[in-house]
Amino acid sequence: MKLQSVLDLPDLSVLVKGNPDREVSKVFCCDLLSIAMGKAPADGVWVTVMGNKNTLAVATLTDTACIILAEGVALDEGTLAQAEAEGIAVLATDLPVFDMALEVYEAGLA
Amino acid sequence: MSEHLTFTYEIPGDDFTRAGEASSAIKNKLKMLGVDNAAIRKVAIAMYEGEINMVIHADGGELTVTISDTEIVMVLADKGPGIPDISKAMQEGYSTAPEEVRSLGFGAGMGLPNMKKYSDDFQIESEVGVGTTVTMKVFI
Repeated sequence: MKLQSVLDLPDLSVLVKGNPDREVSKVFCCDLLSIAMGKAPADGVWVTVMGNKNTLAVATLTDTACIILAEGVALDEGTLAQAEAEGIAVLATDLPVFDMALEVYEAGLA
Repeated sequence: MSEHLTFTYEIPGDDFTRAGEASSAIKNKLKMLGVDNAAIRKVAIAMYEGEINMVIHADGGELTVTISDTEIVMVLADKGPGIPDISKAMQEGYSTAPEEVRSLGFGAGMGLPNMKKYSDDFQIESEVGVGTTVTMKVFI
């Protein structure tokens, strides 16, 4: 499944589109960066409520394809610009983490 | 590559948001050198955890990375308080991180275990009141 399919989901706003042709691997939910660092799958779609500069650092270093900020959480402009430079998609939703992850899963991502 | 490439970074002790800059820089260099993606991911994760540890616990430190044909060696040296009980510190979930670090999503006691997990060889030496040196290797 391509990242584009995630970008096209309803209930989401696209803050940084990343590389829409990138093949995504898995959906992953975690708010503890310490755990995400060791467990986030490469090319994954990571749903979290932890929105700070370190979230992007962890996503970059684990080769995450896309961050989805749930529960209306935001990221500052500087971090979004950095995500753009790193080629990582950043999306935002008001949905809870589980509901959002389920939408991604049902769109075709096991 | 016939010769070794060595890079040294000063890790600032007071700026949590800058932790990861050295790891990102090395990650990009390894990509340019054509190192296998799985090895790069291991290096990036192990190194970032080390950077975070030096920021949280040791007021920064020095990170030296040597890249050769066969391995990537990372040496993280700090002059922090040292670790009184290394075997305890190596346990998943054991943490002495302060509350403000936990509120950022770190300090869950996964740093050293992740560093060991993602490196092919892991050595740690620490003396209370003197500092800690961690040496990690990833074979390529």
